[in-house]
Amino acid sequence: MRRSILFMPGNNAGMLLNADILGADGIILDLEDAVSPTEKDAARILVRNAIKTIKYNKSEVIVRVNSLDSPYWMDDLSEIVPLAPGMIMTPKVSTASDVLRFDECMTELERKHGMENRTVKLIPLIETALGVENAYAIASATPRVRAILLGGEDLTADLCCKRTKKGDEIQYSRSRIVCACRAAGIDCYDTPFTDVNDMEGIEVDARYAKSLGFTGKSAISPRHVETINSVFSPTQAEIDYAVEVLDTIREAKAQGKGVVSLHGKMIDAPIVARANKVIADARALGVCIHE
Amino acid sequence: MQIKKNAIAGTLESNDVLVEVLPSTGGIEIDVKSIVKNQFGDKIEAAVRGVLDELDVRDCKVMLNDHGALDCVIRARTETAVRRSQEV
Repeated sequence: MRRSILFMPGNNAGMLLNADILGADGIILDLEDAVSPTEKDAARILVRNAIKTIKYNKSEVIVRVNSLDSPYWMDDLSEIVPLAPGMIMTPKVSTASDVLRFDECMTELERKHGMENRTVKLIPLIETALGVENAYAIASATPRVRAILLGGEDLTADLCCKRTKKGDEIQYSRSRIVCACRAAGIDCYDTPFTDVNDMEGIEVDARYAKSLGFTGKSAISPRHVETINSVFSPTQAEIDYAVEVLDTIREAKAQGKGVVSLHGKMIDAPIVARANKVIADARALGVCIHE
Repeated sequence: MQIKKNAIAGTLESNDVLVEVLPSTGGIEIDVKSIVKNQFGDKIEAAVRGVLDELDVRDCKVMLNDHGALDCVIRARTETAVRRSQEV
């Protein structure tokens, strides 16, 4: 279960060394915005060596490569794809054809290195108005796409509006991306909360993202990881209710009942599906379920 | 591979190393300055020699200012410095 994904600067040796102990479900080793143009070569080699050598056992490794409009993205993929990280994050994706350009290059590299096709997954970063409008096409461009991340900072620049903590300006984009990802059957991740010292703010923002349907949230500070993990984990009350729902359904089936209610509310297929999802998430987090 | 010019890679931050390569004609010469030189000086030098060997560098002076870098970081910074020494 991937709830939090944490950005780590790709040219910072100390942070790459400690990335696995920060509690994030995924770590994004960043070759793009966190690395100056004069250090792109150094970061690419450092990240490659780190993935080769350091055991990242607790966090899935995601590498953010540079965008298609840069001279770096092919070199990034050539160094990183053969190491089979969990995912490649592709920035500034605005159309399905952007995704397919990355996909073709990755397919060729996987073939060249004797890897199974689509070993490495894609998580496009949507951070343009065009990308938001094309969200479903991007999400369903290739089975390699397994999740989408919304990037609120670049997006608001493209929308010609101010980025605020409350986030009214990206409300439409958030909902649109959740809907596109759910329609395509993939995960969706919310933009980072950028005030690293506002611990109340990150909780409010994460709860709002969860309420919209996001799978999880990205972070630019390790300080936000614990809050994100907590918000996107099922609560004990949710687990207890899910167990009750599934028990009730089981009993009803045993008694040959077609319609059943719990606490005065009819239990129908969406409620059962939600209960199954809560139980599956809880089990993935190691919670012991007594059914 | 021939070192064509002086080149630097890395930083002086903790867990990192600053590596400088310089052209030379007298084989490989490695100068290690490290807070852990007494314990790991030999391993640091071996990591540098390993990279130079892989890149087929025969003549080179390498100066390292190490702040507790892991082997994979030393190797990355050395490789970057060597590749930068090829840029004209």
